[in-house]
Amino acid sequence: MDTLSQLLNGFAVALTPINLMFALIGTFLGTAIGVLPGIGPALTIALLLPITFKVDPTGAFILFAGIYYGAMYGGSTTSILLNTPGESATIVTALEGNRMAKRGRAGAALATAAIGSFVAGTIGTIGITFLAPIVVELALKFGPAEYFCLMALAFVTVSAVLGNSTVRGLVSLFFGIWLGLIGIDLQTGQPRFTFGLIELLDGINVIVVAVGLFAVGETLWLASRHAHGKDELLPLSGSLWMTREEWKRSWKPWLRGTGLGFSIGALPAGGAEIPTFLSYYIEKKLSLKPEEFGNGAIEGVAGPEAANNASAAGVLVPMLTLGLPTSATAAIMLSAFQSYGIQPGPLLFQTQANLVWGLIASLYIANVMLLILNLPLVPLWVKILAVPKPWLYGGILLFATIGTYGISQSVIDLMLLYAVGIAGYFMRRFDFPAAPVIIGMILGPLAEQELRRALTISQGDWTVFLTRPLSATLLALAAAALLGPHIYAYMAKRRAA
Amino acid sequence: MRLVPEIWVGVAVLAFAAIVFQQSTAIPVSPLYARVGPTVVPYATALALGILGVFLLIAGFRGGWSGDDPEIALPIDWRSFRWLLLGLALNVALIDQLGFIIASCLLFMCTARCFGSRKPHVDLGLGFVLATVAYVGFAKGLGINIGSGPIEALF
Repeated sequence: MDTLSQLLNGFAVALTPINLMFALIGTFLGTAIGVLPGIGPALTIALLLPITFKVDPTGAFILFAGIYYGAMYGGSTTSILLNTPGESATIVTALEGNRMAKRGRAGAALATAAIGSFVAGTIGTIGITFLAPIVVELALKFGPAEYFCLMALAFVTVSAVLGNSTVRGLVSLFFGIWLGLIGIDLQTGQPRFTFGLIELLDGINVIVVAVGLFAVGETLWLASRHAHGKDELLPLSGSLWMTREEWKRSWKPWLRGTGLGFSIGALPAGGAEIPTFLSYYIEKKLSLKPEEFGNGAIEGVAGPEAANNASAAGVLVPMLTLGLPTSATAAIMLSAFQSYGIQPGPLLFQTQANLVWGLIASLYIANVMLLILNLPLVPLWVKILAVPKPWLYGGILLFATIGTYGISQSVIDLMLLYAVGIAGYFMRRFDFPAAPVIIGMILGPLAEQELRRALTISQGDWTVFLTRPLSATLLALAAAALLGPHIYAYMAKRRAA
Repeated sequence: MRLVPEIWVGVAVLAFAAIVFQQSTAIPVSPLYARVGPTVVPYATALALGILGVFLLIAGFRGGWSGDDPEIALPIDWRSFRWLLLGLALNVALIDQLGFIIASCLLFMCTARCFGSRKPHVDLGLGFVLATVAYVGFAKGLGINIGSGPIEALF
């Protein structure tokens, strides 16, 4: 009952006119940037981080959460009509969704994506509501050793398990951890990796890195590919009303996708890509018409779209209850908490109950807003898709400049931005994932802090991580996630030989 | 054996690991914190990067990993790409003197040109409007100081 009364309090916070306005702006902006290829929620929230100086935390996080959810809705429109995924989590949607659009069923594809997102987002938010207090209870028992091992597990899953290559994912992660180390060590006051520059004593701002990788790096990459390839924007064809058969073929994939997305998102593994791929393969296996897969099967849109929205909800569980971000967007949101001087974690639910429950309540509201924004208003987003590329990327770089130069009015930050952008270009060229950089940069310093605390308590005894059952389990899981797939592949190869 | 560019990626990561290691030795350590000092994680990072660099180098000598996706290795189209680089350089060079609005307006024009626009005057006008709106939004709406310049002085 306690949870429900807390949630009601949350609705009282979220339904104030000012917070409703933030939710509306967030969902609107989120859908827009989800639709536009090249801009994602991590970049948008990074550019908007300065509002933390001006707006109260509740409003800011309602805005950010609206952007996060909205991008998941909007990304599907781009995948279906343009075949260029607007977000990495909607790659799978493009497989069947674009085929449906080619067959003149774009309307039904958009509808099953939007309604599936609504179902998944709402069930996912219910999941947050009831799972978060349970995780909080558990998390209150965690000491520094457990936290450190949990972070180590998250590091391994986000970098080594989710990408194409363990080695390249880990390089990205350690690059991020190194970026996070730059500046004064808070515990001892010693400067680290500042190369004698005063500008680096405060560390590198996460805005510079996020905007550099996601805006400048991505634009450099696309510009270098510009001569090759053309995208074709398909018209909005067919009725938005789904037929009875389409409903029948959609609702089970929605629910299965929701289950997959939320549970994988809520694990310290996070990530929206894996559940969407899993959902696609499951639906393909279970479909009564598997021959339609590859030619526009509606199940292949319904399942993955539900999965990516549910995982967005799931990611918020470890983020709010443990302070553990498992996606680039969640990491940027964590840095927003830090700029308010708030540390997410189990205590957040006691010290900032209004903020947390207001945020959770606003997610229910955001889902309703997004359903309306993404069904009747879909022709508007189709128009946004028609923004000419030259202006789109010109605009992205312009906003990247203002977001970075506005931090300190220092050309050094601008040069740093471009340096990170060039690094981002090479990372794209050689297939290094970008998200682990951001996660390493934000989570690295926190992990170091927990490591030191744990070792101070144990008086320098490193076995503390192995003698406590919970931390030993977490470390074992991390080791299994890191090495397991490789050992399995090696054994399979030997057996085949 | 074929020399693929991925070999240089391995070399670069190893060089980076060496720099991280060298800079870690330069961190002053107070004896008070000798147990878990400020250098533990930096050394661990350098070590990890070094090991990963070796793995990348081996992968590079075995032919690299770009082969799976032929599109990734297509050559850069320098005729358009250089416009983008010019825009970024102009932005860094001019933003302190001429202010955000003018510098970013030029960046917008150059970027548009890079992505195939053939109407520089339209781009310039649109870039100007967009930069001004963004400036007013950030400076007045969010109260962030975006520096000064001849046009910024008008607001």
